[in-house]
Amino acid sequence: MAAPSAPHENPDGVTLRDVSHLYGATPVLRHVDAELRAGRCYLLLGPNGAGKSTLLRILAGLLRPSFGEVSISGQPPAALRERIGLMSHLPMLYDEFSGPENLRYFANLYAPRPCLPVAAALAAVGLDPALGRPVRTYSQGMRQRLSLARALLHQPELLLLDEPFSNLDAGSAGAMLALLGRERDRGRTVVLTTHQRELALPLADAILLLEDGELRQMPL
Amino acid sequence: MKGYARAVSVQLAKDLRLEWRSKDALNAMLFLALLVVVLFSLAFDPTRAESREIAGGILCVAILFAATGALNQAWARELQGGVLDAQRMSPAPPSAFLLGKTFATFLFVSAVEVLLAPLFAVFYNLQVKGSSALLLLVLPLGTWALVGNGVFFAALSLRTRSRELLLPLLLFPIFIPALLAMTSAATAIFTGDGDPLLWIQLLTGYDIVFTTAAILLFGLVLHSEP
Repeated sequence: MAAPSAPHENPDGVTLRDVSHLYGATPVLRHVDAELRAGRCYLLLGPNGAGKSTLLRILAGLLRPSFGEVSISGQPPAALRERIGLMSHLPMLYDEFSGPENLRYFANLYAPRPCLPVAAALAAVGLDPALGRPVRTYSQGMRQRLSLARALLHQPELLLLDEPFSNLDAGSAGAMLALLGRERDRGRTVVLTTHQRELALPLADAILLLEDGELRQMPL
Repeated sequence: MKGYARAVSVQLAKDLRLEWRSKDALNAMLFLALLVVVLFSLAFDPTRAESREIAGGILCVAILFAATGALNQAWARELQGGVLDAQRMSPAPPSAFLLGKTFATFLFVSAVEVLLAPLFAVFYNLQVKGSSALLLLVLPLGTWALVGNGVFFAALSLRTRSRELLLPLLLFPIFIPALLAMTSAATAIFTGDGDPLLWIQLLTGYDIVFTTAAILLFGLVLHSEP
């Protein structure tokens, strides 16, 4: 994983080459090299402040690294944003809209790219498609599941999930784990950060540990 | 082009629906505009002739202050929930977000103007000597000049710590030519002295130039990093 290779060696995957990022003068990521293969699930672990969310934002094309190069299928992430699904620590939803209204709005943003039917996306995360009340009245767990439905709606090839199991009870976390497993089996690349390592371990094809801004692979 | 119009209408419909549910912007704008109109009328107690001279300026300033409050909150919902990031990741053209929000804010400010106009006429005992129909041209053009720039600069100042201070600092100097044109045209219509058409032409040119610039530059603003 750490050994750099030419982009064509990982044509459908994600390649990070000597990626470093600074906030002001503070380095958050240091010389990160990685090859993420398509259709695999990567568990990104690390203590708070290790740079996990920053790395996900870089992979999502929302943040340009201070140094180094990131490519997805040989192109910069910013050129492929619509093929990436991001679930961040913020819900990325309008509080005044209901779940179905939020998903309809986001599906419209991706037109004419085919999106999942709203009812199917909601059902996939265990939410009632007829739920008409505003998102601000949802529990944290329901928001979390709706946020995942939003990230999956446009059927992205790369799925980036920041703490997807937080605020979920054991049953919901298990259901989400099964859903992510199915998405991986459909060929989607999944990168997820979590502090619940044991919970996510059955899903992982590889574990990446981010400590002091440096990334290394750990045995499963 | 059809896809672009659809993307703009998606944003517009979303902002109208959000405002319909919360009424945050409309309530705040209406309250502020009323306050300015009532306080000025009490402070100056103008005669009918004086009213015609100052009404254009007071009307424009009332709209400016009222709209600034709403413009400061224009992107707040997108920022708070992280929706802006989801929008940035979508393939929708960046300027569609700008235009949708500009149209929505334009409609909110116009609604306030419609409610304000009869009260304004009563408080200032105003009788228009020129062509009232021209006001239907001046007010929308001036309002577009204000909200077009305002929505753009509100997005530009979004990630700054003191954005509520920064927006007027950026917006007001840029808006001065449009404010002068709007005030002069309105005064010419109220008093019947002078030709408002020149000012209307200036406002039209201003709107075209600044709206085009905002559309072209908005991609940079939306994708700028904190």
